[in-house]
Amino acid sequence: MNLSGISPEVLIAALMVASTPILLAAIGELVVEKAGVLNLGVEGMMIFGAICGFAVAVETGSPALGFLGAAAGAAALSMLFGVLTQFLLSNQVATGLALTLFGLGLSALVGQGYVGVTPPAMAKLDLGPLGDIPFFGRVLFGHDAMVYLSLALVAAVWMFLNRSRAGLILRAVGESHDAAHALGYRVVAIRLGAIAFGGACAGLGGAYLSLIRVPQWTEGMTAGAGWIALAIVVFASWRPWRVLLGAYLFGGVTVLQLNLQAAGLAVPVEYLSMSPYVVTILVLVVMSSGRGRAALNAPASLGRVFHATT
Amino acid sequence: MSDVLLSIEGLTKAYPGVLANDAVSFDIRKGEIHALLGENGAGKSTLVKMIYGLVRPDAGRMTLDGRPYAPASPHEARAAGVAMVFQHFSLFEALSVAENVALGMENPPPMRALAHRIREVSETYGLPLDPARVVGDLSAGERQRVEIIRCLLQEPRLLIMDEPTSVLTPQEVEILFATLRRLAGEGTSILYISHKLEEIRALCDRATILRLGRVVGRADPQALSARELAEMMVGQELMTPSRPPAPRGEVVLDVAALSLASPSPFGTSLKSVTMQVHAGEILGIGGVAGNGQDELLAALSGEMLAPADAIRLCGIEVGQLGPTARRRLGLLAAPEERLGHAAAPDMTLTENALMTGAVRQRLLNRGFVRWGAAREFACRIIERFDVRTPGPEHAARSLSGGNLQKFVIGREILQRPLALVVNQPTWGVDAAAAAAIRQALMDLAAEGAAVVVISQDLDELMEISDRFAALNEGRLSAPRPTAELTVDEIGLMMGGAHDMEVAHVAG
Repeated sequence: MNLSGISPEVLIAALMVASTPILLAAIGELVVEKAGVLNLGVEGMMIFGAICGFAVAVETGSPALGFLGAAAGAAALSMLFGVLTQFLLSNQVATGLALTLFGLGLSALVGQGYVGVTPPAMAKLDLGPLGDIPFFGRVLFGHDAMVYLSLALVAAVWMFLNRSRAGLILRAVGESHDAAHALGYRVVAIRLGAIAFGGACAGLGGAYLSLIRVPQWTEGMTAGAGWIALAIVVFASWRPWRVLLGAYLFGGVTVLQLNLQAAGLAVPVEYLSMSPYVVTILVLVVMSSGRGRAALNAPASLGRVFHATT
Repeated sequence: MSDVLLSIEGLTKAYPGVLANDAVSFDIRKGEIHALLGENGAGKSTLVKMIYGLVRPDAGRMTLDGRPYAPASPHEARAAGVAMVFQHFSLFEALSVAENVALGMENPPPMRALAHRIREVSETYGLPLDPARVVGDLSAGERQRVEIIRCLLQEPRLLIMDEPTSVLTPQEVEILFATLRRLAGEGTSILYISHKLEEIRALCDRATILRLGRVVGRADPQALSARELAEMMVGQELMTPSRPPAPRGEVVLDVAALSLASPSPFGTSLKSVTMQVHAGEILGIGGVAGNGQDELLAALSGEMLAPADAIRLCGIEVGQLGPTARRRLGLLAAPEERLGHAAAPDMTLTENALMTGAVRQRLLNRGFVRWGAAREFACRIIERFDVRTPGPEHAARSLSGGNLQKFVIGREILQRPLALVVNQPTWGVDAAAAAAIRQALMDLAAEGAAVVVISQDLDELMEISDRFAALNEGRLSAPRPTAELTVDEIGLMMGGAHDMEVAHVAG
């Protein structure tokens, strides 16, 4: 085994890239859940975003348009969930699961013509002399625009939820939809908006996989990233900065196990591959053990069907 | 310039199958406290929802200060100067006081300024409140202060209060009334909804009485007795529950130093609760909601397990037994929440009768249900307790609150318990059904059962219980004979006024 081949700066830089798809999806789902909606369809929206983004980028030659297409496509898919759960009052858990299966199938269908195609490359942001700083240049300033966008999004969501009136109303809806309705807030409209935002974020996360991280289209390429994103929202107890921490922790374990595999660690590859998922489960177990709902900070109306009685 | 603030003419609202309001007309004058009286289902809530813009009337019109007034949403109502304190709090438990207040305002100032304003207004009206506290940690009385202050910050011209005193101690009620009188003195009109008649007689200038969606009378509440008002409200003569005095028997239910943590983060833990209930006796347990009532019921029914020797039934240790085992021994319970706790809403009355009656009524045969016997048991409950339903095959959800409550209580009483624990037996039940339920509980005690009635309705407890104890923050006061208690003493047993400052109001 040769650990000297693992360089910390490459590791950290790779970790940020590996974490970005999950981070994007998780921060979107956080907003959805703060509004009191449990959308388990993140995986389906991610993979649909991955193929939408891939297809648009290939057809137009512009990765930026690809990302826009991914956000729009996945948001449109999330509206299917929105209409079913908010207007037809279907069960959120079942509908979310169905959305994942539907997204996986639909993306495979749309992606038939794109297998083996290489997408246009996204230019790295050239930050000039900043990129030449030893260590930090590579770690902090050597990424593509989406990495920075994802970080900005975490900050923006935190600002929105904790500092703005609109964010307060969104949290209020997630806390008690009946009380919010009695005060005259439009529960369904606010929730639809949150669901669409969550869909768009998941789509961006998916497109980051297919356009930058891999970059290629293969069926089922999200490989459970959407589920990890859902777990990270719980891990973060619905706090934006902790979503960042959770996503980077997961990304770190992923990258580290790849490096350990390359270094020839004498552990079967299967154990290393499963390690990020095992860590996620362990963290969830520790987080959830012996604590009440409030300690976990979960929105009180999470997953409950809202039906205005008046 | 007239002195009428809000004038309502011919307001009508129909829901499928029900005419909730039928051509309701009345006026509210400037600076008056106007009572809206009526039974549950009389249409009071629908009427105020129309005034507050939550429901649109089918016909009729309203004028506010001489101008047509037809709010399409609560936002418009608030902009016009109408504010409302809800019966079931419209508060968000996980948010802070200041955030809750901001949500109820049209154009809230920045948080820091708002916190300052909350302090200022709350002290002016003698309702101290810390804007940074999380609402989930507040007592019911404090929560109501949040609602009232949310309204006051908007300087309303009309303040609607929907049954505001149901969760307050008598001392807190006094302070609330002082605040309301002061507001009225400053020119604010108050529409006060309640079915507590003594309060209305003490507080209100005029009353409008609703029955089945119609205005059936207008009265000066100070000129009439509570009984006359009640009979106008119900439309018939009321019977008062009574029972012959019975000798007190052996101790049936013995609870010794019961301490239990609440399973819910906003719940109240029980702290060394001790009580002995004798055969033939009704022990009334009062207290403001959220002081451990739900936990006490769960601990007695067996939903929450306790140390084995903390609860004894006729000398047998039952603390470690679950609900079914306790039922078998004769300790029965009926929780507060009818739909979802006492009864499964979408299951039929037969199935609901089976659920608690299976053991004592022998409705099972080697693990198989004896449907015929279960149905017969349900029919007996329906007949004996005058439950208005087409038959036992109808879902529990289809019954009105009062009828379902009669069914739920009747189901336990017919099982001839040695000890029965009920929580809020007449909550949200109309006066006639409430009287029937109280009578049934008294009959049960007269037959020799030990009965524990947990309730927030003090009048009810004074009427039916032999001894009274109060729950305050999970502690139970020592039970005292009801006959020798005054309202002030009861208030103090319930925890007094929760640090409200009477002095400010008087000043």
